[in-house]
Amino acid sequence: MEPQTLGRIGTEPGPGPHGDGIAPRTGTLDRADAATGTGPLSRTDPATGSSRAGTAPGTGSLGRTDSATGSSRAGTAPESHAPGRTDALTIAGRTFGSRLILGTGGAANHAQLAEAITASGTELVTVALRRVDAQQGPASEGGQRKYPTGSILDVIEQCGVGILPNTAGCFTAEQAVRTARLAREAFGTDWIKLEVIGDEDTLLPDPVELLDAAETLVGEGFTVLPYTNDDPILARHLETAGCAAVMPLAAPIGTGLGVRNPHNLALICEQAGVPVICDAGIGTASDAALAMELGCSAVLLATAVTRAADPVLMAAAMRDAVTAGRAARLAGRIPKRHLAKASSAFEGMADL
Amino acid sequence: MKIQLNGRAHDGATTVADAVAAVTEARRGIAAAVNGEVVPKSEWDRPLADGDAVEILTATQGG
Repeated sequence: MEPQTLGRIGTEPGPGPHGDGIAPRTGTLDRADAATGTGPLSRTDPATGSSRAGTAPGTGSLGRTDSATGSSRAGTAPESHAPGRTDALTIAGRTFGSRLILGTGGAANHAQLAEAITASGTELVTVALRRVDAQQGPASEGGQRKYPTGSILDVIEQCGVGILPNTAGCFTAEQAVRTARLAREAFGTDWIKLEVIGDEDTLLPDPVELLDAAETLVGEGFTVLPYTNDDPILARHLETAGCAAVMPLAAPIGTGLGVRNPHNLALICEQAGVPVICDAGIGTASDAALAMELGCSAVLLATAVTRAADPVLMAAAMRDAVTAGRAARLAGRIPKRHLAKASSAFEGMADL
Repeated sequence: MKIQLNGRAHDGATTVADAVAAVTEARRGIAAAVNGEVVPKSEWDRPLADGDAVEILTATQGG
């Protein structure tokens, strides 16, 4: 399933260009992407391209400034796909055209969240489980939510995407297991993003509690997607426990630091027999692309989009980054060389 | 009967359904727990006991 270049790429972390601190350049993106953005990418990723083409969320942000060409491109995109090169993501028997999972935390309001979800092309979004009355108080981030279920669930339904409840905020296996059971009851899904954190400063996973909770939940029939450290050994334990995927962090939640340990992430990808989903710490599009280039099957991110200056544009950027990173991974990057290698032949040079 | 409902003292709920009704009009996407254990919707007519800790939860934004 994976290309044979897997090992080679894995040992050569990419250059990882970082855009930290660089302000979004909306105008430039709009202009540059109009010509080349969707064409080459959708060609190498037919599954995502064709499934999204109908709803055309991919160019969502671009569409806002360039709606005419946006829709025409969406219509023609599938025709440029090489037939048979479908590249869907399958987790526990469920197939996704998009390799981007979007967390909903931090969105300023539901209208913007819906727009970002659509622009990202995601088919699965995460939610947290909280007391109903906690949401009826003043909305700290600008949302006006009179009734709790008039909120995020409606957004998810409206966008036609799947729901992945999480156990965010749990510090013990027992708490997480109970939260998962409640989520299953509330949302009618046995899928759970298992999150058991060790402290509030780093929000890093507590490996002992995490594995304990994973074993219990797998035993209860849950499809467990654990948020884990970038530790290949722990990832292996989680897979052995029966988790449907492993979700190592790029960096601590909300930091936007990007892939801190590309080598470990690559090791996890090389050894895993289940999808590896890079979860947390993504700051910008190049981070997401790098995670995919290292061999991740998908990327899960929230803050990078929801707290970006322009969340909808960043959602579109992340969609393209994940698609590009995946395509580059499948294409097989060139080995890195110490010395230059001419791309123009010396043969036939004029005697000047 | 005095219970703890979502962390606050509450008086007047005799079943889980009462407790749910006391905090929300919604039924979709709601889960109830009594003393940490989930109570399926089919069992919401279950009577509460004095001092029970009841949690009524739903979806919110989260990563």
